Amino acid sequence: MTTRIVELRRGILKKNDELAAGLRNRFTASGVIVLNLVSSPGTGKTAFLERTLRELRVRGANAAALVGDLETDNDARRLAASGAPVRQINTHGICHLDAEMITKNLDAWQDIALAGLNYLFIENVGNLVCPSSYDLGERIRVALLSVTEGEDKPLKYPGLFNSADAAVITKIDIAGPCGFDRDLALRNINEIRPGIRVFETSAKTGAGMEEWLTFLAEQARPA
Amino acid sequence: MHELSIAASIVEAVTETAAAYPGARVKEVRLRLGALSSVIADSLQFCWQIATEDSPLAGSVLVIHQLPVIVHCEKCGVDSQLGGVQSLRCPRCGEIAADLRQGRELEIESIEIDEPGPEDAAIGASSPAEERI
Repeated sequence: MTTRIVELRRGILKKNDELAAGLRNRFTASGVIVLNLVSSPGTGKTAFLERTLRELRVRGANAAALVGDLETDNDARRLAASGAPVRQINTHGICHLDAEMITKNLDAWQDIALAGLNYLFIENVGNLVCPSSYDLGERIRVALLSVTEGEDKPLKYPGLFNSADAAVITKIDIAGPCGFDRDLALRNINEIRPGIRVFETSAKTGAGMEEWLTFLAEQARPA
Repeated sequence: MHELSIAASIVEAVTETAAAYPGARVKEVRLRLGALSSVIADSLQFCWQIATEDSPLAGSVLVIHQLPVIVHCEKCGVDSQLGGVQSLRCPRCGEIAADLRQGRELEIESIEIDEPGPEDAAIGASSPAEERI
């Protein structure tokens, strides 16, 4: 017997990263801006996305959504009411979406042409840990946090907040009754991901949506 | 929570590599895990036996090198290791330091394998004869 050390020096999720790189090339070639929305269950990702899809439609932008859940197509049905094309991904127990699921679902999605889209939103499974490891080929990863969750969420889940490109605070219409400390929340986000853009929104009243939609429009402009 | 998926990805990658060494047994798998990788070392260890069962990695040991966060401070021009992951600030001057130099690693560093040597081949060749006796 001879003992040998074999150097690998490779990412554990290399396969996922390669698929994600392929997706990113595809998205860039099609000119579609892809956003990966990540948060805890109950933050209001679906309500925020519903409002975003509606508002984008009013502005004449073409947007579609892929929505991940363990089970049910409830979210897809809610989102489809906006008029946007929506496809549900059921992970059947898996706690995150990965690049393979996105690839398969895009390939199987007959009535969608990436080239005709301005935006594709991927609503990840509600989870603040696991989705942070999986690149889906998105251009912008958005971490959402609601005023009901506590201002220290970014400190409790630094891996995810650190990997985000933008942060959205949801349900600000009930910030008062929740005793939400806005300054503390903003400070905590900034400690984990310094300089990140933060949007303070309410899908119910529409507060902050204008700023968010302006941000989306800015992304669409050629750099 | 996704450590079993991570463990399965490691088994897949190492099995591929080990296939280049016929007859070898994987003894050890060494990982580099950053403090911001969102993977819990203890949970990964817990999943290891289940993930490697009935695979060429069965019985192997998982060695995890945990890497602290290192940030680069613009102001000081220095890289510093952080004691935790609660605040990306330079420990020297206290300024925000967004430039992450280490901490997101999720890598297989190396594997240690036992390869059958020439003496093992000789034993292998003589054994059928021994069986006949």
